[in-house]
Amino acid sequence: MLNVSNLAKTYPGSKHNGAVVAVDDVSFEVPEGTLFTLLGPSGCGKTTALRCVAGLEQPDGGEIAVAGRLLFSSERGICLPANARGLGMVFQSYAIWPHMNVFDNVAFPLAVAPRRQRRSKPQIKEHVERALALVRLDGLSDRPATDLSGGQQQRLALARALVSEPPLLLLDEPLSNLDAKLREEMRFELKRLQHEVGITTVFVTHDQAEALVLSDAIAVMQRGRMEQVGSPREIYQQPASRFVADFIGAANLIEGRVEQRAADGLYTVEAPAGALLAAFPAELAAGTGVTVVVRPEHVLVRPADPSAANGWRGIVSAQAFLGDSVEHVIQVGELELRARGSPALAVPPGAEVSLSFADGSCLLLPVQS
Amino acid sequence: MNGLAERAIPFGERARVRFRAEHVIIALVAAAAVYLALVPLGFLAWRTFFDGGSFSLDAVRDAYDTFGLSELAANSLVFATASTALGVALGTALAYIVVRTDAPWKPFLFAVALVPIAVPGVLYTIAWIFLASPRTGTLNALLEPLFGPETFNVFSLGGMVLVEALRLVPLVFLLMYAGFRSLDPALEESALVGGARTRSVLRRVTLPVVLPALSAAVLVAAIRALEAFEVPALLGIPAGVWVFTSRIWRAVGEYPSNLAAAGAYALPLLLLTGIGVLVHGWITRRGRRFETVTGKGFRPRSIPLGRWRWPVLGLVIVYFVVSFVLPMLALVYVSTLFYYAPVSTESLSRGTFENYSAVLTDSLVLEGLKNSVLLSAVTATVVMLVMAVCAWLVLRTRLPGRRLLDHVTFVPIAVPGLVLGVALLFVYLRAPIPVYGTLWILLIAYVTIAMPYGMRYASVSMSQIARELEESAAVSGAGWFQSFRRVLLPLLAPGLLAGWVYILVISLRELSSSLMLYSPGNEVLPVVVWERFESGAFPEVATLGVLMTVVLVILVAGAHRLSTRIGVRAA
Repeated sequence: MLNVSNLAKTYPGSKHNGAVVAVDDVSFEVPEGTLFTLLGPSGCGKTTALRCVAGLEQPDGGEIAVAGRLLFSSERGICLPANARGLGMVFQSYAIWPHMNVFDNVAFPLAVAPRRQRRSKPQIKEHVERALALVRLDGLSDRPATDLSGGQQQRLALARALVSEPPLLLLDEPLSNLDAKLREEMRFELKRLQHEVGITTVFVTHDQAEALVLSDAIAVMQRGRMEQVGSPREIYQQPASRFVADFIGAANLIEGRVEQRAADGLYTVEAPAGALLAAFPAELAAGTGVTVVVRPEHVLVRPADPSAANGWRGIVSAQAFLGDSVEHVIQVGELELRARGSPALAVPPGAEVSLSFADGSCLLLPVQS
Repeated sequence: MNGLAERAIPFGERARVRFRAEHVIIALVAAAAVYLALVPLGFLAWRTFFDGGSFSLDAVRDAYDTFGLSELAANSLVFATASTALGVALGTALAYIVVRTDAPWKPFLFAVALVPIAVPGVLYTIAWIFLASPRTGTLNALLEPLFGPETFNVFSLGGMVLVEALRLVPLVFLLMYAGFRSLDPALEESALVGGARTRSVLRRVTLPVVLPALSAAVLVAAIRALEAFEVPALLGIPAGVWVFTSRIWRAVGEYPSNLAAAGAYALPLLLLTGIGVLVHGWITRRGRRFETVTGKGFRPRSIPLGRWRWPVLGLVIVYFVVSFVLPMLALVYVSTLFYYAPVSTESLSRGTFENYSAVLTDSLVLEGLKNSVLLSAVTATVVMLVMAVCAWLVLRTRLPGRRLLDHVTFVPIAVPGLVLGVALLFVYLRAPIPVYGTLWILLIAYVTIAMPYGMRYASVSMSQIARELEESAAVSGAGWFQSFRRVLLPLLAPGLLAGWVYILVISLRELSSSLMLYSPGNEVLPVVVWERFESGAFPEVATLGVLMTVVLVILVAGAHRLSTRIGVRAA
């Protein structure tokens, strides 16, 4: 459906700063009807990539095609302007036109269509009303757009993006301006809408929780490059790099060295604080430097057991009560580990504890040279 | 996939054609701005030095033979410096009182400081002649029993400085008002919390932070004073105090008019104002470091005046009486006379309003009014539309040379109206474009003069419109024209309207360039005033003055309300 290949965009430097490589040879494909998320910290190039697809930035190289129609190709010298691409987009600030009412905002894409394709007045009205009903804003047509609440403006922006039934919907951090509770609501609303309309969607966000809830596939970006592309489950459970592991959810990163192969795809790793078992799908030589990734919810804490001769031991340095769980920060030698567990198992700071890791929860990442 | 991709190519081509069409408009607009700002100046320099076909300094030598450059420069600088010093002192004091103290009647004080800006310079100067002309001035006549004859002489360097300074006060007030308003009270409060005393806060925090605004105000005032025409011409020439502008005026006015000499007088003046504008730009750019305007409205900390509250109010009222009430009373008084006479019980008892009906049925006045209104309205409309496109180019595109365009539209601010008039004469007296002797040449002058102000209004309001509003129009399928017309223009409308009214006002009172460029049959109102004054029809002049001032006060009040709503700092 959406094919992006070898997309590149560099902002020329000025007197004060050098050139910035915003998007560096990025390729991805979004199948029909799915929601694809570009996820990464600010400045990673995700928004630039989205704006290239929208036609708001002109890439330096690569190819962009929607439903087989080439929108941009540096090789063939094709670059459709944004207004000829026929896509829908929701901006971070919603970009609701304050001088128009709700109806006119939504009707705009239909009203400015090329004369030959323009629909009649009654048809436009029908389309607008259908779009407004879809986002549950029916009955507010005549309101000035600026009278709407933040959440309603969000829906209005969605209705405007969907009204011309575009093949592709682009969402640029649409939830980041909402307060926490509304954001959670809108997440599910977006998911419902996307399923109902079945529209192919590209979603840009820096919020990993949002990405995990909404996406069929996630691409994690850093410094203009794609670090990993996969389903939310894959990204969370099998991060391909230290960066991805650290960025998606919380992660304990333990440096160590492969001691030996314990079983198929399972290795014993020797770390300064102790030994542990970690999984890796491929062959690794003994002595290879690795990073072990353990999610805090997989670090199990229990009061120190003097009978256990070996195993991990540490001192609780801080404890935080989070309502549905309790988080411990545990000092193990030089290493600081985070553990999350049931509030029933809270241990006061200063106490000595024994640690273990849930079976199959430790993941191996070879240290990149 | 391949077949579909092929189909995409014609799309691309059509899009490119549309792109070209709007480029024509954009290129025309940019070219017009560059042409208006730069061509006259080029001609001015060229004709001054190359009049005979080869480079010569004859014109310069001739011009300064009769009157030395050093004396002319010295007079101009003394006049400009003294009136700037006085104007800035008064304007800053007023702004400080209005913004930072708990003086009573603040809205009244604000109006008091602002209202004189509405009086056209020529009328203001004439009003002062009615008041303080040595033998026939009303003030002198009133004070004769007390101090003897000729207490005041407005025809002197001192008189020139006083009148020009009073003209500058509202301008300085507006700049310093903005400067004091944008000072974040937290800066001062943190100094106070840090243990500083009020006086040292003023000296070590307030003053340094306000300094950029103050230097900018000083430069703007000095440039205005150097460019001033009405005061030097009406008060300076009788006193024998010549400055650059009055020399230019004389060189063009003598028979046969000596345009080359006028050019020779204009160039050093341009050099001075040009330097002023450059330094001003440098200071305001540097000043951005201190910019504490965050879009939040600050409530400036009020300094209690204590027992000085009412005396301060009294002082401001004295200023208001001198700067506005007395000159206006003089105009009103003279407008009731058949022939000019200093005020006396007899002259007052013979007062009449017949001048008003005479003026309002005078065909030349009506013709001048028609021309003035037509020219001003067209100027304001053209400038605001063209500058909206220029501001878009500067702020919204990555076009190479957009910064240059920004600077070019600002160039006319350094060109005195008189000099622009001379330069346009150079261009169009010989150019094959037949605009000389028509209203068109006045329109060209007015548009050039108004360009920098239009650009300020357009770019300030455009910078307040989020880029995403235009981008979402583009993604929705709107082309450049559609998004400009349906999204940008409506959102810019309040700002453009404020700029429109401001330009209407400055065009309605524009005298010096009009004097250079008008020809019989297309006088504008200020020119009619000037001619009637020269021919000694004082009561008619005063009547016209009263009527014009009333209209302009209303317009200025409207312009100010609109601009504060969109946040433009007037300058």
